[in-house]
Amino acid sequence: MQYRTSFALFTLSQFAITFLDFVGILVLFANVDALAGWSLAEVAFLYGIANLAFGLADVFVSPVENVQVAIRAGTFDQILLRPVSPILQIVTDGFSARRLGKLAQGALVFAFAVAAVEVDWNLARVTMTVVAVLSASTIFGALWVATSCVSFWWVEAREAANAITYGGSFLAQYPLGVYGPWLRRGLAYAVPVAFANYYPATYILGRNDRLGAPSWIAFASPLVALLVAVLSALAWRVAVRHYRSTGS
Amino acid sequence: MRLYAELAKRSFRRWSTYRAATIAGIFTNSVFGFIRASVLLAVLAGRPGAGELDVSEVITYSFITQGLLSVTDVFGSDQEIAGRVRSGDVVGDLYRPVDFQAWWFAADVGRAAFQALGRAVPIVLVGALTYGIEAPAGLAGALLFAVSVALAVIVGFSLKFLVNLSAFWLLDIRGPNQMMVTAALFFSGITAPLTLFPDWLEPTARALPFACLVQYPVEIFLGKAVGAEAAAVLAIQAAWAVALITLGRVVLRAATRRVVIQGG
Amino acid sequence: MIEAHDLEKRFSVLRKAGRVRRAREDVVAVAGVSFTISAGEMVGYIGPNGAGKSTTIKMLTGILVPTSGRATVAGIDPTRRRVEVARRIGVVFGQRTQLWWDLPLRDSFDLLRHVYRVDAEQHRRDRDELTELLDLAPLLDIPVRQLSLGQRVRGDLAAALLHDPEVLYLDEPTIGLDVVSKARVREFLAARNRERGTTVLLTTHDLDDIERLCSRVMIIDHGRLLYDGALSTVADRLGEDRVLVVDLAQSTPALQVPGARVLSVEGPRQRLAFRRSETTAAALISAVSAAADVVDLSIEEPDIEAVIRRVYAGDLTL
Repeated sequence: MQYRTSFALFTLSQFAITFLDFVGILVLFANVDALAGWSLAEVAFLYGIANLAFGLADVFVSPVENVQVAIRAGTFDQILLRPVSPILQIVTDGFSARRLGKLAQGALVFAFAVAAVEVDWNLARVTMTVVAVLSASTIFGALWVATSCVSFWWVEAREAANAITYGGSFLAQYPLGVYGPWLRRGLAYAVPVAFANYYPATYILGRNDRLGAPSWIAFASPLVALLVAVLSALAWRVAVRHYRSTGS
Repeated sequence: MRLYAELAKRSFRRWSTYRAATIAGIFTNSVFGFIRASVLLAVLAGRPGAGELDVSEVITYSFITQGLLSVTDVFGSDQEIAGRVRSGDVVGDLYRPVDFQAWWFAADVGRAAFQALGRAVPIVLVGALTYGIEAPAGLAGALLFAVSVALAVIVGFSLKFLVNLSAFWLLDIRGPNQMMVTAALFFSGITAPLTLFPDWLEPTARALPFACLVQYPVEIFLGKAVGAEAAAVLAIQAAWAVALITLGRVVLRAATRRVVIQGG
Repeated sequence: MIEAHDLEKRFSVLRKAGRVRRAREDVVAVAGVSFTISAGEMVGYIGPNGAGKSTTIKMLTGILVPTSGRATVAGIDPTRRRVEVARRIGVVFGQRTQLWWDLPLRDSFDLLRHVYRVDAEQHRRDRDELTELLDLAPLLDIPVRQLSLGQRVRGDLAAALLHDPEVLYLDEPTIGLDVVSKARVREFLAARNRERGTTVLLTTHDLDDIERLCSRVMIIDHGRLLYDGALSTVADRLGEDRVLVVDLAQSTPALQVPGARVLSVEGPRQRLAFRRSETTAAALISAVSAAADVVDLSIEEPDIEAVIRRVYAGDLTL
């Protein structure tokens, strides 16, 4: 019973805590009508994609960060003794229904945004939206795996990894134009969060502020997602190989 | 008194050994500092003078708040008390001839001192070197700021203390902790400065204890509250500190009576 | 079944050299270990702490990649095909558990069925059999964290054998167990090896385990294999005597028997020292019986702990 109360509180608060980010946006829009030229509905759309995608990655991939715990406790060896890939074991073992709170929040805001935004919905735009959500989820998931690999070399660096995963999703809530040029480039190329939701959104919402990027940039989104996924899978393999060579 | 000083020192030393985590934390907070600064600047671009802040104040605000975040441990990452309740070790703590709350407060002071020097200062430096930060309004302003931060630490501790005490009833405090973090992030001014809040929400937000953690100290730093206003702000912080510490003692007494041991 | 060819493992360790600088040092944990274990053998693997036992096992199970040399288990290289090897081995760590801490024992077993992809019917049969052999029935619904050490080790043994592995690695399985539990575990292992032909590699500090279970023992120290053969022969090699204690019908002067030295004569009791390499106990007893009236006799084996201590001290030259 004790655990059940805490579970309910936790799930509820997961919903609330992520929803507060949106309330924060509402507060900002109580002062202005547009952020870098984007209206509230449009920002909500960005936010919706980012949060929905992040929520999906959170539910299905985020347990990979527990590898840090396994390495510290010495139980990673046990994982290697089983005839299943280590990442699959860690992710399924850490699956928790609590995370659905965040996902629900993301889905809700996304639904609101889709309704509120002024878009002429045709097949192309709907497809792009679906693709955007999936690509964004993949990118966030890949980021989670890649940053968790750091634990194999530097066990205490988990928090820095959080800056990239949670920070990345937080960044994606706002239109790219808000950030200075070097931050923008970092987002697009080093940590490709911009491809997750911003560029597809410019296409769907029919906006032109691609900030110097070519017109087909939105369509590059799934390719970027694939690339990032492959790179992080490789990083994981290297990391496990390193563990098996040094035993720690 | 000697004992508590020793506890604080020991805590300070302990936290100073978490080098990698501290560096990672500086990185994280700096990144968030940049993000929040960018967003607030975009707001100012749309409405100059929004929230009674100008460009350099907004930048200062973003980085000082990130620093204060780690000093007051808004995220409640330090959950040692709850851990000891779950393992049953807390029973030994409660029977020691030392004040339980004062003990943990001393440890928190050590932690806060380290976070201030080892984490907050570097974060503010990052902001200063990249954007440029306003210095506090004169020596008086700096002193007032120091007092304000100290009070913020007390309020932060007492909030954490209460959340951790819920372990005596709930064992798993993730729920209450998340709720506190949620409320704290929003109402302390980190998500958005309270001055940007709509008129119907701002007074409520200011009345809550969370504003003591970040908003009030920053306002003193920026020179937004001077003289009598500053004194009023400090008084509010002090009032919350006293109230929450007292509440903490009341709950502690109830908890002691209800010692539940789990473990073995 | 298990083959090790010149297995070597070097670790690169950072050591403090003065206040700030750190020097990189090479530590050789395992230095060219080779052995072959046939299917159905039960082999002991002993050595002082830090000798390289765990490192060897980790290389055999695929957890660690050897610096040089090769290992094969059931003909498969664990470094390259870890998952395939994992399906055919079972591992029990005495000090750690592979069971899910908060779940009832039963649930751990169910989960393992899926992990090892065991056919449901087969799994049920094996599980029931193991439950009976290890007396786990009353424990199945208890969360693992509430089990006593002996109960948990039995649970781990069952868990390791649920998928009917060809090889079983045991690392200190009887550590911390009471006398009754130890006996139970040993009986179970001996029976398993006998009836199913499971190959067993037993790493332990408990020499009783070795004496009772293993006909063959490998001794490792400082990464090198010092000895590989029958346990009884180690004593011989070290020149440790076995002693035949005879109680004669009456006091007799010291017996002169080939292959034996008289250690002491106390009235009718005589103690004769002998070595396996020179004569067998049976032959000696015949000779003594022929030479005098024997009322009673017993044989004292060399204290195995003393023997092993001498091996660790470096007395053994191959």
